Amino acid sequence: MLVNFSLLIQAPLLNVQLMLDGLFIGAIFALAAYGLALVWGVMNVKNLAQGEFVIMGGYIAWYMGTLGIHPILALPVAAVLMFGFGWVLYVTIIRRVIARDLFTSLLATFGIALVIQQALNLAFGPAVQSAHSGFEIRSFFDGMVTVADIKFVSFGLCVLLAGAVVLFMKRSRMGQAIRATAQDARAAKVMGIDTERVYAFTYSLNCAICGAAGVLVSMIWVIQPFYGVPHSIRAFVIVTAAGLGNLPGVILAGLGLGLAEQYSGFVLGAQFQQATVVGLLVIVLIWRQYLLIKHRQVVR
Amino acid sequence: MTTSTKFLRALTFGIAAAGLLAAGPVHAKVEGDTIVIGSAISFTGKYSTEGIHAKNGYNLSVKRINEMGGVKVGGKTYRLKVVYYDDESTPARTAQLLERLIKQDGVKYFLGPYSSPTTIAAAPVIEKYKVPMIEAEGASRALFNKGYKYTFAVLSTSEQYLASAIALAAELAEKSGKKASDVKVAMVFENDAFSQDVRAGVVDDMKKYGMKAIIDDKMPTDLSDISATLTKVKALKPDVLVISGHTKGAATAARQLTELKISVPMIAMTHCEAAKVTKNYGKAANGYLCPTQWAETLSYSDKYFGSAANYNKLYNATYNQKGSVPYQAAQASAAVLVWKDAFERANTFDIEKVRDAISATDMKTFYGDIKFAPAGNNIAKPMVLRQIQDGVYNVVAPLKWASSKIDWPRK
Repeated sequence: MLVNFSLLIQAPLLNVQLMLDGLFIGAIFALAAYGLALVWGVMNVKNLAQGEFVIMGGYIAWYMGTLGIHPILALPVAAVLMFGFGWVLYVTIIRRVIARDLFTSLLATFGIALVIQQALNLAFGPAVQSAHSGFEIRSFFDGMVTVADIKFVSFGLCVLLAGAVVLFMKRSRMGQAIRATAQDARAAKVMGIDTERVYAFTYSLNCAICGAAGVLVSMIWVIQPFYGVPHSIRAFVIVTAAGLGNLPGVILAGLGLGLAEQYSGFVLGAQFQQATVVGLLVIVLIWRQYLLIKHRQVVR
Repeated sequence: MTTSTKFLRALTFGIAAAGLLAAGPVHAKVEGDTIVIGSAISFTGKYSTEGIHAKNGYNLSVKRINEMGGVKVGGKTYRLKVVYYDDESTPARTAQLLERLIKQDGVKYFLGPYSSPTTIAAAPVIEKYKVPMIEAEGASRALFNKGYKYTFAVLSTSEQYLASAIALAAELAEKSGKKASDVKVAMVFENDAFSQDVRAGVVDDMKKYGMKAIIDDKMPTDLSDISATLTKVKALKPDVLVISGHTKGAATAARQLTELKISVPMIAMTHCEAAKVTKNYGKAANGYLCPTQWAETLSYSDKYFGSAANYNKLYNATYNQKGSVPYQAAQASAAVLVWKDAFERANTFDIEKVRDAISATDMKTFYGDIKFAPAGNNIAKPMVLRQIQDGVYNVVAPLKWASSKIDWPRK
């Protein structure tokens, strides 16, 4: 462990490689997590099928790739298709569990996740797939740092998408309605907002965001019908650490998670990547609790 | 109680007892002129692709044996037939279905499921009922260190997968004037039973040559990202990089090795073919060493299928396919050949005698030589190491079967 640590000091360029890798993948994590934060914050639904939506988006990109269409072009297609899929899911299932207790929504979304996994397995088989952008791989500093162009592109797309969502939430009527519903659903209803439609839209928007993230995942990592779970876990970790309705927090936590995974992988060994992330989450939660207690004492 | 009722009662008991004896598993399970072999294997779930390959292999061999006159036992000719159940790629289900095959269907001879976890679940059931199983798809060494007496495997065990790469590295180092003990090894393995077995084999061989591991990482559980470890590889410049993490680990490794432009003189990894590294990464995958249980270019042969290449042809013609047959199918076919051979040598259907005959197997097949150690693993067939050269898998080790020279150091 110490050897690895001293390696980072002796060869500072390794830090650049780790940071770039961490930030690029963290941006994608942040995207999927933002979708979860929306659904959780607005509808109070803890969506366990988050990772499966990501994988579905990945399969759309991969499938279009097999038809000879560049997987990047799958981004809008996946977003639109997944939006529609989200709407159908809302009308058929989510609508019925939204007012129920926590466990009903957890069980329902877990069920959705299982059905999606098996359906993908039946449709595309259990083989591991990956979409290929065919982009160049760039070397910097004498080959000490290398970055695939697709990572730059996907980072740019992440920023663009996140920006678009933020603008949408701030400026559009629907965005305002979503925020109003999140603050107080009953008051929003009294003011004439069709909360049912807001819920449907929020859930579908989440699906669309996940689908877009999935397209990027399929070009940077690999996909398989049963690989959604780690994506769900990451989204939950990020949202829990950032807090609901805190977009800058989600982005920071997403990027931080990417960095933490890379650094812990380098220093402690790849097997500790996820353990470190969960460990950090525990520390964040304890720190928050501590702040809360302090705050309460002041009020007293 | 009158004498007649006593007599009737005795008669009923007698008939019932005789019925039980007749139905009992003394010479089970042979229906008329058909020997029934059972298998719980994966048609659905995560192992379905390989499970179906294995089933195709079993069926092809059964068809071939029946066409060639079947199995001769006690002067009579029998046909082979396999009864399948789908274990849904779930070990618990494999065990359940085996009990059903044994208790309800009366089957007493078995072919294995697909994968180590399902075979590990099957072996205790096989042992409990003392019925022999010849398996072709479970390589974990957990199957061969428990003292099982009824499980036999035709394939090489998992610790042999990459050990040959270490031997090869030592040999190449010595040829180029270096000491074998100077070879620096980087290891990246998934944290599961199979890959840790592979690792154990590598570590044993490294000890033999006095080599040192400069990196010994386990892959993260989701196998999606090993770039941090590969960055370390870049910094520490090992002579050999060994990787094992099933198909997903191989796919991730190939992608990130390419993206990080890692150049190590020797890279060996399992599951190259399943991860389609040549198709997906083209030139970047050149030089990878990939172990395999079997390849159609090997010079093995037998009287049922002829050469390994002929087997490949027959399989493709039967199942309407092209290219190289997955080794999962070839080893499944070999397992059925062992059954035929054992029945004929035992010359009876007595389960214990058939088991002893399997245990004494010493035969040559298109898949390789088969001879079982007391623990049930095949000790006669080595793992083969192939190297990707210009997008083609060429056998480079062991030297006896090598069709090409190794490209070393890898460019």
